[in-house]
Amino acid sequence: MKFNGYRRPNGKVGIRNYVLILPTSICATKVAFDIANKVEGCRAVNNCYGCCQIGNDYQTTFDTLVNTGMNPNVGAVIIVALGCEGLEPLNVFEPLQATGIPVSVLVIQKEGGTVGAIRKGVEIANRYAQDLSKMVKEECDISELTLGMECGGSDTTSGLASNPAVGVASDMLLAEGGTSILSETTEFIGAEHILAKRAVDPTVGQRLIKIVKDCEERAKMQGQDLRGSQPTPGNIEGGLTSIEEKSLGCSHKAGSAPIQDILQYAAIPPGKGLYIMDTPGQDVVSITGMVAGGAQIIVFTTGRGTPTGNPLVPVIKVTGNRQTYEKMSDNIDLNVSTIIEGRKTIKEMGQSVFREIVDVANGKKTKAEELGHQEFSIYKTGITY
Amino acid sequence: MGKGAVVINENDNVATATEALQKGSIVSMYVGDRTIEISVVGDIAFGHKFAIRDIKKGENVVKYGENIGIAIADIAVGEHTHVHNVKSQRGRGDLYKKSRRSCEE
Repeated sequence: MKFNGYRRPNGKVGIRNYVLILPTSICATKVAFDIANKVEGCRAVNNCYGCCQIGNDYQTTFDTLVNTGMNPNVGAVIIVALGCEGLEPLNVFEPLQATGIPVSVLVIQKEGGTVGAIRKGVEIANRYAQDLSKMVKEECDISELTLGMECGGSDTTSGLASNPAVGVASDMLLAEGGTSILSETTEFIGAEHILAKRAVDPTVGQRLIKIVKDCEERAKMQGQDLRGSQPTPGNIEGGLTSIEEKSLGCSHKAGSAPIQDILQYAAIPPGKGLYIMDTPGQDVVSITGMVAGGAQIIVFTTGRGTPTGNPLVPVIKVTGNRQTYEKMSDNIDLNVSTIIEGRKTIKEMGQSVFREIVDVANGKKTKAEELGHQEFSIYKTGITY
Repeated sequence: MGKGAVVINENDNVATATEALQKGSIVSMYVGDRTIEISVVGDIAFGHKFAIRDIKKGENVVKYGENIGIAIADIAVGEHTHVHNVKSQRGRGDLYKKSRRSCEE
């Protein structure tokens, strides 16, 4: 199957064509957004960190920023730095430039402050955006797509309808040679033994068990009951009783394909097929990790309803709860509640999810895009110094 | 589906309501190839669960054919089965803290 996308110099294919304004620290974030807001076709991402971080925490922020710049939906990057932050702009510049897309660095302290930096940033952004606007889409194979799968504001319809339907869609994409990423380690707790059996080899299965155990241990070491946050009050009102029940429902998004490997947060899958990314259960943070991992498109199932989008990647919202769809049709793209009502099968609705993925890859705007939802949040794994 | 409630796996001891169920109403559902009928003890909200057989205190509550927690009270057939009578067994740092404290003591 084919779709029309934007071929990048490194061979990857974008389904959107943005100039990314990438702040390397919180001190540069406002300037980045001011530039993005002045030029059509530009998107800034929210970075609240980038300074006074060490070890894994620093590395996670760094990897997220660099790999977000490598997302195929990005056609050019302007890196905006304050000039003295720990996360050095040249270290971000080098790997991005190596992909062959145009990249510039703008340092606020060298450009005479906010006003000077915005002026110069807008000049560069204008040029990049105009160049990108001249790109013509070309026919590409659907196997070029990486789908990120997310669920949030779950209720019991998620496990019965929307997640299994997305599982069917993911299987269809994988059968065409594409890639899918399943995320949210917290929401494997209680279902990890089932997923681990689907790993391509026992080592991958053991690594899956380990990331889940580590996640659970982190909650335990704080002496806290995970039930303080999982399931959430909304999950409970929606009928979900325990993290185990939530996880068993969540894991249906993974369809039936074998699991190729376990990826660190924000890591790019090394091959095709189904991957698991070690992300937290918080939706925006999890989606940010998969976008950095190269997902050009996200499918997001919800029972309670959620508005979440992303600056660079279209987010397709799917619900199996008719009431939620009727209440939040501004935010939700697909209603698969006919599964619950017994009027359609999981397979039929899975096929409609897949058709929607192809339509959105071809340029159809999602409701989150239409409404300007552009949430982006980097996973914080340590304390700030 | 479309029978008022759904049982996902033959080994489950709970069903999920696929519509709001009134107290006393009789709901039919498939369990594998069989059809069973259960009279619900109280009102069951859309998406909530009820027991399809008696579940004793301390017994596993099973959905998707898997444990989703432990009954902390006897649950009668047809009774709402949720956070008031089921407890998760995972990520329980509160239990861990207590056991650690008792070791130190």
